[in-house]
Amino acid sequence: MKALQRTFRELLRYPSAVIGLAIIAGLLIMSIYAMVSIPYQEALRLWRGGEGVWYKNPKLAAPEWTNLFRKDKLPKSIYLSSLDGSASKEVTTDAKGNKKIAFTYTFDYPYAAFPQELVLFFTSKFSAKKPYAAITWITPEGKSIRVAEISIDQSTVYYFSQDAKLQRRLLDVAPQVGLFVNDLKAKNPSPLKGTYQLKISANIFEADADLDAELLLYGQVHGLAGTDHLRRNLGIALLWGTPVALSFGLIAALGTTITTMVIAACGVWFGGWIDQLIQRITEVNMVLPFLPILIMVGAFYSRSIWVILAVTVALGIFGAQIKAFRSTFLQIKESPYVEAARAYGAGNFRIIFSYLTPRLIPLLIPGLVAAIPGFVFLEASLAVLGLGDPTLPTWGKIINDAQANGALYQGYYYWVLEPAALLLIAGLAFAFLGFSLDRVFNPRLRGM
Amino acid sequence: MSEGSQVTVEAQEPIETEKARQSASSNNILMSIRDLRVWFELRRFGFGHAGFVRAVDGVNFDLHRGEAIAIVGESGCGKSSLMKTILGLYRPREGTIIFDGKDLNEMGRDGLRWYRSRLGYVQQDPYGALPPFMSIERILGEPLIIGGVRSKEERRQRIRKTMLEVKMSPPEDFLPKFPHMLSGGQQQRVVIARAMVLEPEFIVADEPVSMLDASVRVEILKLLRGLQETHGLSFMYITHDLSTVRYFSERIFVMYAGKLVEKGKMTDLLRNPLHPYSHALLAATSDPDARNAATFKEVPPGEPPSLVKPPEGCRFHPRCVRIIQGLCNEKEPPEFEPEAGHFSACWLYQ
Amino acid sequence: MAEAEKLLRVDNLKLYFRTGGGAVQAVDGVNFELDYNRAVVVLGESGCGKTSLAKAILRLLPRNIETYSGEIWLDGKDVMQLGEEEFRHSVRWVKMSLVPQAAMNALNPVIRVGDQVAEPVMIHLGMKKNDALATAQKMFQNVGVPVDFLNRYPFELSGGMRQRVAIAMALVTSPSLVVLDEPTSALDLLTQANIFNVLKRIKQGFGTSYILITHDIATSSELADEVAVMYAGQIVEVGDAGLFFPAPLHPYSQKLMASVPRLRGNQEPEFITGQPPSLLNPPTGCRFAARCSLRFEKCDQEPPVFAKDGRKVKCWLYA
Repeated sequence: MKALQRTFRELLRYPSAVIGLAIIAGLLIMSIYAMVSIPYQEALRLWRGGEGVWYKNPKLAAPEWTNLFRKDKLPKSIYLSSLDGSASKEVTTDAKGNKKIAFTYTFDYPYAAFPQELVLFFTSKFSAKKPYAAITWITPEGKSIRVAEISIDQSTVYYFSQDAKLQRRLLDVAPQVGLFVNDLKAKNPSPLKGTYQLKISANIFEADADLDAELLLYGQVHGLAGTDHLRRNLGIALLWGTPVALSFGLIAALGTTITTMVIAACGVWFGGWIDQLIQRITEVNMVLPFLPILIMVGAFYSRSIWVILAVTVALGIFGAQIKAFRSTFLQIKESPYVEAARAYGAGNFRIIFSYLTPRLIPLLIPGLVAAIPGFVFLEASLAVLGLGDPTLPTWGKIINDAQANGALYQGYYYWVLEPAALLLIAGLAFAFLGFSLDRVFNPRLRGM
Repeated sequence: MSEGSQVTVEAQEPIETEKARQSASSNNILMSIRDLRVWFELRRFGFGHAGFVRAVDGVNFDLHRGEAIAIVGESGCGKSSLMKTILGLYRPREGTIIFDGKDLNEMGRDGLRWYRSRLGYVQQDPYGALPPFMSIERILGEPLIIGGVRSKEERRQRIRKTMLEVKMSPPEDFLPKFPHMLSGGQQQRVVIARAMVLEPEFIVADEPVSMLDASVRVEILKLLRGLQETHGLSFMYITHDLSTVRYFSERIFVMYAGKLVEKGKMTDLLRNPLHPYSHALLAATSDPDARNAATFKEVPPGEPPSLVKPPEGCRFHPRCVRIIQGLCNEKEPPEFEPEAGHFSACWLYQ
Repeated sequence: MAEAEKLLRVDNLKLYFRTGGGAVQAVDGVNFELDYNRAVVVLGESGCGKTSLAKAILRLLPRNIETYSGEIWLDGKDVMQLGEEEFRHSVRWVKMSLVPQAAMNALNPVIRVGDQVAEPVMIHLGMKKNDALATAQKMFQNVGVPVDFLNRYPFELSGGMRQRVAIAMALVTSPSLVVLDEPTSALDLLTQANIFNVLKRIKQGFGTSYILITHDIATSSELADEVAVMYAGQIVEVGDAGLFFPAPLHPYSQKLMASVPRLRGNQEPEFITGQPPSLLNPPTGCRFAARCSLRFEKCDQEPPVFAKDGRKVKCWLYA
């Protein structure tokens, strides 16, 4: 325990170790937060998307904080609903029992660009007669534009941009642009800033029928991380990618390193044909191409992350590390205390586990830590190549989606840069920590 | 050196195992070694046979209970291999080791375990002999655990008792420490404690003080002697430093090129070394005396022979100043007994 | 009346190392002299700073030095004043050389021994390769290595032979002073005797002076004209060997001599209780006082060096 404290204090003398530890701590907090706030099954469900999950998000929206770097701010999504009171809903009943509901949606629009899309989501309760709604748009200058008159089903979605009649009325300018400009003929229109209003006047023909409406202006920026082509909040994948990356890296690194150590120790201790066999297997394995085999497994067998992890560990066990461990073990084997242990009758496995392997652990730890980013990148590479686990939200998957949708061509840089930045930071942190640990455990490197 | 006196020649025929076993259990002989040969195979390219390194090539002696013998020789003479074979770490090619009436060759696994608990091993390098990542308590507990002492309380008591015997008190001060926190002398005491913790009858000590400072050496040697006297232990003390042998052993064996060339009581051998090699060893040992600076020492020329192809006849003959041509270089000398209890394998005493 | 110049005079030599725990005062104000063709033996146990003394005299210093001061007068010149390059060029291995501890392991395993011994003369005396090899061959004869070993690699030689090669390497430039740090500690008895024979022969034939640093008191008498005893970074006694060995003056020296097991003679050796002080924080006053059976109140102050019968002792008993 005291040795651990001493090592830790020694480690903190290196600035790179402090930075590395801080970053790793940050990543761990992210992981824990991700796992706590969005449980695993929930994350999978969210990532799968589908009906009704992401409909409130704009497509391919950059993160909101990019607005800090823009003079002309891109619009955020604006959501007003009669369900939660952000829009006003007045119900009047006339003598004949006909209900009339008036919705008013009021919002400020201070942005310099147009929303992606305007949508109205209607939900209604009725037995036989569908409600009928008239939608009117009021600009900050008071101009009133007739939008549409529609009958409402149990759930109806009205896309402003798909209304051809509205577009024609706006002189063939797309509604999400046209409703926001004064001069419809202008070449480079910019939106009129001010307070807008949307009024809906709906007729309901049954006494116990009801109608609610949600207005959604899809902005061009959204959230902390932006969204992708399926309107998914990238933050989910970035958050959840952290524990996946860290645990894949850690399990793979630990699994391979410890198993390699045990195999090397057994080979050295028993010598003879066992040692020769292990060395030959290692040499053959070192020649085998690692990534192509993983690609083949992913392409032909299974892309489940557990299978990939298992194959990674299996191929990694007989790697070049065995040779390095073997040479160290050969020296340790000759130590006087090992001879003494044989003299007082220690059995073979006792010697391997209690006398040989503890000597190797200080050498092991720096290598282990420095190997973790390698495995993190491996998982990401496989995902980028399209062979990752399709159900898991991981950093590599994000890059894969981005590439499949031409993100860099179309200027959606955030889509690629965010996961790349996280991969970079994670790799850097472990590399810093690993090199500093190496200097702590191997005093001969201290001069460097 | 007494030449020309009537001596009895000790017969060199191997004593039958049965007879040796009987004599071993009847009188106070603890260990009996007859015609022991330990050969290591040399391999060419890992496969082909290229000869044997004959590290121990025909060694005979008896060790009595409570007796301390010193085996003296230079590096490459085979004393380490002899010691390790006695400890059970190497298997002999030929010959018998009979311990307390039981033949080592015929011992099964349980027998070997019993044998190992009767022996203690003290090594040369005190720091290397202790696992650096184990506490002293754990180091001393390992032989007990392996020896089947299950009760933690019993182990603790025995460890305490042994620590007091090697004069490390209070034990609690030392038990939680790690080897690098102790001085060289203290480390060697722990090594001795580890050898003693199973209460053996026989301690094998390989150069136990050569890596310690001068002032500490004496302390450790006295400790070992004290332990021998208190417990009636038999000791096998292997060294190349003849000046320490005086304080520590009753009999001295001189080993050269895999064979014992002289055996005798300590006082007899030091007063009157019979074999030319023993004589050379004694002449080469210095006492602190300023007159040494003015004189050159007589050293036998050459180097110890290869153990793969030892010389014909007496193995020391290429370096011997008293060589008898036609005899020493052709026939291997048997063991002669010019004085009672003082044996020498040299044709000078035929 | 001018005294004849001695070969070496060391004056208040200090060497402190910087470590994580503070300054290790390995050599703390060492003074001694050595004349031409004389051998002084520096006796001491592990941790007394004797290896650091060798390094200090030859200026083979590691990077973490805190203090390195004093005067080293070699052949009438204070070599401490010389710059690094000048020292390397004109003093180290020209006027004085070193046979380091475990010298046999200090040989380069991939270079033939003949070439290794020839290298110092090529570098320091500017000899051509052939002349250098001829010099190396002569040196091999002097130390007793067969001449056909010139073309062998170190692993083909036994330990004793390798040590002789290391000695040849130190002597090949004919220095006036050779420092030997535990030259025979890992060697067998007969090999050790041979090495000392070689050293004696060289001393008689070439007039070389030696500083022999060792903890092996018995064998040190084989070469010693004078004896210096080192304890906790300081020299506590210096004197003629003929006077020292039968009757050491300093209580530590006495205890040290009493602890040597002897082959001939009857006394029972004694040991010294306790341990030497740490060089990190040496105690004030006499450093041996804690273990000395003859201590008295004055010992709380550090004793100066007193002279007695041509010997020097750092002990209040000789005030």
